[in-house]
Amino acid sequence: MLKIENLKVGFSTPEGVNPALRGVSLQLAKGESLAIVGESGSGKSVTALAITRLLQTPPAVYQGGSIFFEGQDLLKASDAELRKVRGGRIAYIFQEPSTSLNPVYTIRSQIAEMIQLHRPDVHDIDSEIIHWLDAVGIADPKSRLHDYPHQFSGGMQQRVMIAMALSARPDLLIADEPTTALDVTIQKQILDKLSQLQRDLGMAVILITHNFAIISGLARHVAVMYRGEVVEYGESRQVLREPRHPYTKALIACIPRLGDHRRRLPTIGSLQQ
Amino acid sequence: MSNDSKITPSTPTGRILRRFHADPLARISVLIIVLFALFAGGTALLSSFNLNWPFDPNITNLEQKLEPPSSHHWLGTDNLGRDVLSRMLHGSSISLTVGLIAVFVSLTIGIVVGAAAGFFGGITDQILMRSVDALLCFPTFFLILTAVALLGPSLLNIVVVIGLVSWTGTARLVRAEFLTLRETEYVKGARVLGQKSWTIITRHILPNAAAPILVTAVLGIPDAILSEAGLSFLGFGVQPPQATWGNIIADGKTYLLDAWWLIMFPGLAILIASLSFYLAGDALREAAESRN
Amino acid sequence: MTSFILRRLALSVVLLFIISIISFFIVTLTPGSPYPWGELNPKISAEVKANFRKKFHLDRPLPEQYAFIMKDLFKGDLRSIKDDRPVMGKIMERLPATLALNFTAILISLSFGTLLGVYAARNAGRWQDIVCSFVAFLFIALPGFWISYLIAIILVKGFGVPILGTHSYGIAFPNHLAAYLDTIWHLLVPATILALGGIASQSRYLRATMIGTIREDYIRTARAKGLPEETVLYKHALRNSVRPLVTGIGLLLPALISGSVIIESIFAYPGMGRLGYEAVLERDYPTLVALNFVVAALVLLGNLLSDILYAAVDPRVRLE
Repeated sequence: MLKIENLKVGFSTPEGVNPALRGVSLQLAKGESLAIVGESGSGKSVTALAITRLLQTPPAVYQGGSIFFEGQDLLKASDAELRKVRGGRIAYIFQEPSTSLNPVYTIRSQIAEMIQLHRPDVHDIDSEIIHWLDAVGIADPKSRLHDYPHQFSGGMQQRVMIAMALSARPDLLIADEPTTALDVTIQKQILDKLSQLQRDLGMAVILITHNFAIISGLARHVAVMYRGEVVEYGESRQVLREPRHPYTKALIACIPRLGDHRRRLPTIGSLQQ
Repeated sequence: MSNDSKITPSTPTGRILRRFHADPLARISVLIIVLFALFAGGTALLSSFNLNWPFDPNITNLEQKLEPPSSHHWLGTDNLGRDVLSRMLHGSSISLTVGLIAVFVSLTIGIVVGAAAGFFGGITDQILMRSVDALLCFPTFFLILTAVALLGPSLLNIVVVIGLVSWTGTARLVRAEFLTLRETEYVKGARVLGQKSWTIITRHILPNAAAPILVTAVLGIPDAILSEAGLSFLGFGVQPPQATWGNIIADGKTYLLDAWWLIMFPGLAILIASLSFYLAGDALREAAESRN
Repeated sequence: MTSFILRRLALSVVLLFIISIISFFIVTLTPGSPYPWGELNPKISAEVKANFRKKFHLDRPLPEQYAFIMKDLFKGDLRSIKDDRPVMGKIMERLPATLALNFTAILISLSFGTLLGVYAARNAGRWQDIVCSFVAFLFIALPGFWISYLIAIILVKGFGVPILGTHSYGIAFPNHLAAYLDTIWHLLVPATILALGGIASQSRYLRATMIGTIREDYIRTARAKGLPEETVLYKHALRNSVRPLVTGIGLLLPALISGSVIIESIFAYPGMGRLGYEAVLERDYPTLVALNFVVAALVLLGNLLSDILYAAVDPRVRLE
C-alpha cells in the first residue's frame, strides 16, 4: 500500500541545505502496523510529515526519492490529488493535542468538517460524530458536542483528535508521538485504545516515537532511524530480542525495567567516530 | 559563518546594516531621507546668510505668473510669479523641522509617562493608562487643528501641539518594556545591590527599550509632516509669506486645471518624503525584531 | 459573556469621564480670546463683554465652568456662539451623514484590508508581500487633502462626474431606489479615500498576526485534513487572527473622523467633520467642546461594540 523509496529531504538555511532524510526506504501493507523509533533529530517526524507533503517548503526541500501510495507517487501528485489523499486516505494525529485543535471552533464543527469533506454520503453527521467520540472512549459524547477544545483535558483532547482522524475512515493513520505530551497513566490508555481501534477497523498504522518501550503491542514491525537513515528494520519482537545495529542495542538498553538495580540509567552518546 | 568580516552578525547595528544592505527599498528610502535632510538643511543654512537658491522664494513677479516648468523655473511659477522650486526648498526645511521637533516632544512626554506607569505600577499606572485610552478616542488631526486654531498658528505651537497629541504610542511601549524588565533578574539584582530607582531606569531599562523607541520615532516623523501639511493646507500652518508644502498647494488649488504643477510637485514631495520615512522605519523595525 | 459586557461598560464610563475633562480643558485652557470679535475691539463696550462672560459662565472658577458645560451639554442647552442654536442639535443633524460615511469607510477598510493582509501573509517574504507592504505604506503616506482635491477636481471639472454633496444636483430621479443609489454613489468616493489609511493599517496588523497564526499546530492539522488552502487560511487562520482587526477598528474610528474634517469640506459632504472645520474657523468653542466630546464618546462606543463582537468571535476572551 505504502512504499517509500530512497526519500531525501533537506532544510535550507542561510549556510546551505541541511540533510534531514538521507535516503529513507520503508514499506507498509494494508492493515499493517509499523513503528518508527529514534531519538530527536533522527528524522522520524520529518518522514511522517513528508508522506503527504505536509512539510513547509521553504524551508524544507524534497531532494529525491519517491513515495508510492496505492500506486501513485505522492511527491509528483498535483495539489488536488494530494488533498484527496490527506485526511481521506491518510490521516494524522500529532504530539500536542492542546495546540493541534483549533481553539475557536467546537469539536463538533471540526469533526463535522472532516466528515463533510471526505464522506459526503453521510447524512446524519451528529450521530456519526457521537459514534466516533464514543469509540475513542469519551464519556457522554452527546453533551460534549458543542464544547471547545480547551474544555477538555489533555488525554481527552488526544482522543478527540483520534476520533476526528478516524471519522474519515482512512486507510492509514500516522500517529506522530501521540502520547509523549501526556501523563504516563493516560499514555497506556490511549495506546491501548489505538491498538483496539486498529484491530477493529483493519487500518494501517504508523507510530512515531522515541520510546522503544511502547511499540510492542501496537506495532508489528519497527524501523529504527538514526540521523536521517533507517539503520534497522524488522518485526518488533525479533528486533527487541536480537537487535543487530549498535544503535538499536543502545536504544533498547535505555528502556528502564522494573527490578533493574543499576544505579545509573544508560544513555546514548554520539555514535559518530 | 558569515563572510562579512566588517559587519558582526548579531549586534543590533550589524542587523540593521545587513537588513538595509539586502533590501533595495530600504536603501532608496534612506537615500531620499538623506537628500531631503540635505536640501532642508542646506536651504536653511543659505537663507540664514541671505543667500537664496535658485531664487528668492518671496520675490513676486506678476509678469511671470503661472508659468509651467521651464529651464528657467524648473518647477514653474505660482500665481504671484514666485519660483516654485525655491518655495519648495524652503518648505522642506519647515517640514523637516516640524517632523524632528514634534517627534522629540512626543518622545519626551511618552518616555516620562511610560516610565512612570511601568515603574510605579498600581494606581499611577491605572490612571495614566486610562488617560492614554481616553486620549486615543480623540480624532488626532481635529484635536491638533482645534488647539492650533485657538493658540495661534506658529511653528512653536504647531510642534508642541503635535507632540502633545502623539506620545501615546511611545508611552505604551516604554511601559511594556518596564513591566517586563522590572521582573528580570538583573533589575532585581540591581535593586538588591541598592541602586537607586533613577539609575536602574537609565542604565538597565531604557537601553533595552531603545530600539523600539527609535522605530516609533522614525515612524512618527512622517505623521508629523503630514499633520503639518494638512494644517498649512487649511491655513493654520506656518503662516505666509513663509512657504510650506501645504500652503503652496492651498494657493494653487484654485488653478488646478490650468497650473497642475502647483499641486503636483508639493503633493508628490509630501508623499515621497513620508513614504521614505515609513519604509525606512519599517525596515528598522524588521531589523530590530529579527534574530539575524 | 454578560459579566464581560458589564466590566467593559464600567470601564467605558470611567473613560468617558476622562474624555469630558480633556475636552473641557483643551478649549478653555488655551490662551487666546474666547470672544469672536477680538479682545481689544473698541466698539464693544465693557458691559457687553461682561454680559457675554456671564452668559457663558466665563467668570466662574474652572471646576464650576466644567460642571456648567457638562450640564448644558447633557441637557442639550449648550449653545453655539456663532448662531446661538443648541450645539447638540447641530451635531445631531450631521450625525446620520457622518455615520453613513464612516460606516462605509470601515466596511471598505476591513474588507480590502483583510484581503490584502491575508494575501501578504500567505506569500510572506516573496515579492507579492513586498508589493503589498509598499502599497500599504503608499496609502498611509498619501496626503488625504491632496488626493481628494485631485480626484474631486478631475472628476468634477474634467469629466463632469457628479460626486459632491449627497446627491446630484438638478436631477430628478424616477423612483426612490434610484435616488437611494445616487446617495450611495456620492458616499463612495469620499469613503474610499477615507478608507485608504484604514486598508493599509488593517492589512499590516493582520499580516503580522497571520504570519504567526499560520505557524500554529492547528493549521498543520487543518492541512492534514485535506482542506484547500483558502479554507485553511480564511476559516481556520483568520478567525484566530481577528484581534488586530478589532483593536484596529478602535484606532481606525478617530482617524476616520480626523480625515473627514478635510475630506468632507472638499467633497461638500454635510457631516460632523465639516461642522468641526467651520467651528474652528469661527472660534465657536462650545461647539468645539461638544464636538470633540461627542466624537470621542462615539469612538468609545465603537470600541465597546467591537470588543463585544470580538468576544463573540473568540471564546477565549470571555474568560479574561
